[in-house]
Amino acid sequence: MLAVAGLKSNKVRSLLTMLGIIIGIGSVIAIVSIGNALTASVSDTMSALGANNIRVAVVPEQEDNTVATMRGNLTQSRIDDSDLISMEQIQKFQERYSGQIADISLTESVGDGKVRDGRLYANVGITGVSAGYRSINNITLEKGRFLNDRDVDRMRRVAVVSDRMVSNLFKNGEDPLGKEIDVDRDDEVDTYLIVGVYRYEESSMIIGAQTQSDQDITTPLYIPVSVAKVGADNQNYQSFSVKTKSDVDTAAFTEQTQKYFNDLYQNNGNYKCTVINMESILSSATSMLDTISVAVAAIAAIALLVGGIGVMNIMLVSVTERTREIGTRKALGARSSYIRVQFIVESVIICVIGGAIGVLFGIGLAAVGVYLLKASLVVSAPVILISVGFSMLIGVFFGYYPANKAASLDPIEALRYE
Amino acid sequence: MGGNIIEMKHIVKNFYIGTPNELHIIKDVSFTVREGDFVSIVGVSGSGKSTLMNMIGVLDRPTGGEYLLDGIDVSRMSENDMSDVRNRKIGFVFQTFNLIPRSSALKNVELPMLYAGMDGRARSRRAKELMELVEMGDRMDHLPSELSGGQKQRVAIARALANDPAIILADEPTGALDSATGRMVMDLFHRVHREDGKTVVLITHNRELAAETDRIITIRDGRIVSDQPGAPRAAEGR
Repeated sequence: MLAVAGLKSNKVRSLLTMLGIIIGIGSVIAIVSIGNALTASVSDTMSALGANNIRVAVVPEQEDNTVATMRGNLTQSRIDDSDLISMEQIQKFQERYSGQIADISLTESVGDGKVRDGRLYANVGITGVSAGYRSINNITLEKGRFLNDRDVDRMRRVAVVSDRMVSNLFKNGEDPLGKEIDVDRDDEVDTYLIVGVYRYEESSMIIGAQTQSDQDITTPLYIPVSVAKVGADNQNYQSFSVKTKSDVDTAAFTEQTQKYFNDLYQNNGNYKCTVINMESILSSATSMLDTISVAVAAIAAIALLVGGIGVMNIMLVSVTERTREIGTRKALGARSSYIRVQFIVESVIICVIGGAIGVLFGIGLAAVGVYLLKASLVVSAPVILISVGFSMLIGVFFGYYPANKAASLDPIEALRYE
Repeated sequence: MGGNIIEMKHIVKNFYIGTPNELHIIKDVSFTVREGDFVSIVGVSGSGKSTLMNMIGVLDRPTGGEYLLDGIDVSRMSENDMSDVRNRKIGFVFQTFNLIPRSSALKNVELPMLYAGMDGRARSRRAKELMELVEMGDRMDHLPSELSGGQKQRVAIARALANDPAIILADEPTGALDSATGRMVMDLFHRVHREDGKTVVLITHNRELAAETDRIITIRDGRIVSDQPGAPRAAEGR
């Protein structure tokens, strides 16, 4: 208890001593908590996207595969239809692997528009999709049906809209099915017939997305991809997604698909096809996180080492300052082991208090980080226990040398010390 | 009077300051102190008085000779055994008080009992009794820095008595005090000696204080040069 009294009487010194430990433990807790939160949200999103999904994309020869495929569109918009994948090629591919492929999803982004009905309005992102889009993106229907192959083949002007759009547009609780809506985009008005309503789910993956009011929220409005292609720059496809049948080895099929499209593009010097599955995206995301974690862990280890040396330094100062006290204690009958334990306990207390402050500091830091990333905070109890345990270990390790020095003092010399 | 508390036989203490130099600090010292004696050891600085005191207090081992403390041979003991002997047999009183600065007066008195392994409640009860004995009952929770020199030395004497030691070993106990306070502290030693029958060994260079004791041993150049009875004041009575 003397140790605690000593800390109290030297508040500033103790705090400065603990700083290294606080920073070390704090950064470990912060990065682990943020990492856990991100991993949780990334895996959530990825599993929502589906682990047996494969994405095929045309990218320039030099581009980094994962990034370009994830982005799904090209930096240079000038790409000729001859470099892209045609509908016939996709159909051929689908027929060739009909045993493995469950669905194929094609998309064509048209742009943002506004649906108006008198004074009421709703913002939409108009997206042309094929029938396979629903199962690949896990769209949950609330009412009606999703777009089907016939809608695409016959270029029907039909649309599947979000429940959020419906609540903004049909205030009286009317049935939206069978209603026609006017979609205003770049001063052009297109009319679509509503055939289905899906449940809009906000994606936690979109980092830094602005939260909009319910009224102004932009939700996708799905129309047949063939309709969307009318007037588009390219009639062929830059990317598409494949859902494999449930008994298919997705990783192996990804390689097969890659080989198939490599053959198709082997004579194209400017572009190539990349094929990845969601698992590889997930693993590249987590491996990035792991790299960051290792870097932070290294910094934390250095901070803890410096912190430990700081503790050792202050303990040595304390031993020198209290030489007479140590001499007195020995004269009164304290064995060397008792003195040693006393100083180690003191060092451990400094480190554990520092570690505890570090844990709080780290959780605070993680809370801020997680808030900025719009993920939810995951505080891991084992990590906290390990951190505090590790602080204790630092206390014992760096406290041992000063404590031993104190214990081995000659009582006669110590009593004579001025 | 009982048996011998201190029995020193041909004690020699040498210090090596690099071969072949050897300092002979104590050269063949033999004496005994009987239980209940109040003895003073007098000598100028450099006489070997402090070295002798360290050996009496079992802080140091002699190079040669035999030292029996309360019948136990302590001249060849291990460090840990020396600690235990100091804890139970010796009550130190220092010139500079040497109270633990961040502990209350009461906790200071409890310290030797803590090292002896006494349980908390018994420790606290005994410490309170001792604080009452030295008339410090109203200052038990004060820190040493809140006490005067005389009060500190009274706490130190209470601490020295904690484990009911065989001897009280006082090293210049009035050296840091003014004469009136010093007088009070000396009276306390006399009281402890007279009322509790404690054996007290007083180390001093002050011949006046030494004269108050039963017996004065004078050290010069590492040897006992005189061993004569003192002149205890009539007022102290016997």
